[in-house]
Amino acid sequence: MTKPIVDARAIHKHFGALHVLKGVDLRVAERELVFVIGPSGSGKSTLLRCLNRLEEPSSGSIVVDGIDMLDPRTDINHARQRIGMVFQSFNLYPHMTALGNVTLALRKVAGKSRAEADRLGHAALERVGLADRAEHTPGQLSGGQQQRVAIARSIALEPRVMLFDEPTSALDPELVGSVLEVMRSLRESGMTMIVVSHEMGFARNAADRVVFMDDGLIVEQGPPAAIFETPTHERTRAFIGQIQRH
Amino acid sequence: MSTWDRFVDTFFNGKVMLKYLPDILSGMVVTIELAVLIVLSGLAAGLALALVRSLAIRPLNWLIIFIVDLFRSLPPLVIIVLMYFGLPYAEISPSGFVSTWLSLAFVLMAFSEEIFWAGITSVHKGQWEASRSTGLSFGQTLINVVLPQALRLTIPPLTNRTIAITKGTALGTVVAVTEILGEASSAVSNSYNPSPLMMGAAAYLVLFLPVVVLARRLETKFAWKR
Ligand SMILES: Nc1ncnc2c1ncn2[C@@H]1O[C@H](COP(=O)(O)OP(=O)(O)OP(=O)(O)O)[C@@H](O)[C@H]1O
Ligand SMILES: [Mg+2]
Repeated sequence: MTKPIVDARAIHKHFGALHVLKGVDLRVAERELVFVIGPSGSGKSTLLRCLNRLEEPSSGSIVVDGIDMLDPRTDINHARQRIGMVFQSFNLYPHMTALGNVTLALRKVAGKSRAEADRLGHAALERVGLADRAEHTPGQLSGGQQQRVAIARSIALEPRVMLFDEPTSALDPELVGSVLEVMRSLRESGMTMIVVSHEMGFARNAADRVVFMDDGLIVEQGPPAAIFETPTHERTRAFIGQIQRH
Repeated sequence: MSTWDRFVDTFFNGKVMLKYLPDILSGMVVTIELAVLIVLSGLAAGLALALVRSLAIRPLNWLIIFIVDLFRSLPPLVIIVLMYFGLPYAEISPSGFVSTWLSLAFVLMAFSEEIFWAGITSVHKGQWEASRSTGLSFGQTLINVVLPQALRLTIPPLTNRTIAITKGTALGTVVAVTEILGEASSAVSNSYNPSPLMMGAAAYLVLFLPVVVLARRLETKFAWKR
């Protein structure tokens, strides 16, 4: 791999007595789409949240786009602009319009004027197909639309990497497609993405690599076809079999 | 004289009322001054304490909780009396007005801190995470994302509590504050007639009824769809 844009090494995370990440290494190349799968409680969310330091790793090193995320001298708020994050529950600000959601960090963190932020905000909403919803509040939007606004909120900051934590799990089945569509177009624009998700169909035709985690460790990884068709580890096989039965 | 006439003559005596109207009006001014001071300083201090508490600095939080619980447990009258009669022993002699103002402001601070704090903690953790993940600092997140949501949730309990405590200005009579009730009761003893008390009641209605109605409107306005 040429110089990775995400380089996480030997990540350990303890929650009190609970050892949740047990030495995870994850390197992601520029423009790569890495899919992370694994049983509930295996540490997928915790790993993502360590990458932008929403969670403080107990030990290990994390370098994102050349920035040492765990160095106390790093301006973490500045670094986080380069790492977009999309949550299962959208987490839109309910008291703001879609445009307000998208422009808040542009104004407060990136230091754009209101006019410039609005221009960038509209452009981001346009990219997720919601140009006509700028003045709607989250309560007036469907789940799928809310999640696309959340994606717009991240991409407006022009991140180098995007983290997705089960972006479609909270959506009604008929709304999943619109969000995956946006993710696919992001991928085509060359965005580096780390996606935790159970959308195996999407993984198959969009992921460069699938990472299988279990019990705080990466058990196995490889191209989607290899992981899904011919997994080498028993635990991977069991997990793949389980989700494919659904 | 019929019973009805006697009743009206006793409780709504026109001559007495006219005579003491200026006193009641000046009492209203004092009540309004006290109320405004109590509400502004009490709510500001309560919000400030809640914000400090959100920094999660252990010893500081214990202190805040102690102060808040203290002022929530003591009857306001006791605080007023202690301040007015007790502080002079410490070489500080606050007037009745200042004693009433500060006492009730402390009580409102204590109750509103709890309400603000409950509002802040009720904002979903995901709101913090979304905001922080886009690079906003703790303070920026608190001000732009969390507080606006927290304040909407706090408006109903806060208005109720504020009205209840502000009515406590009537307690100022015991430390010789010439607010509505003080003026009314001295008028009663001077005129041997309870009519001024009726005027006092009317004065409270004139002052507080609009506030109660406004509070109700605010409550419906801010109960917004999620
Ligand atoms: N803040 C926390 N405090 C204590 N324990 C936690 C915390 N966050 C996560 N955990 C625990 O860490 C373990 C891994 O959680 P994590 O959310 O990373 O799993 P996951 O793989 O994302 O699971 P899922 O598929 O259910 O989302 C779980 O046992 C969870 O209970
Ligand atoms: Mg998870």
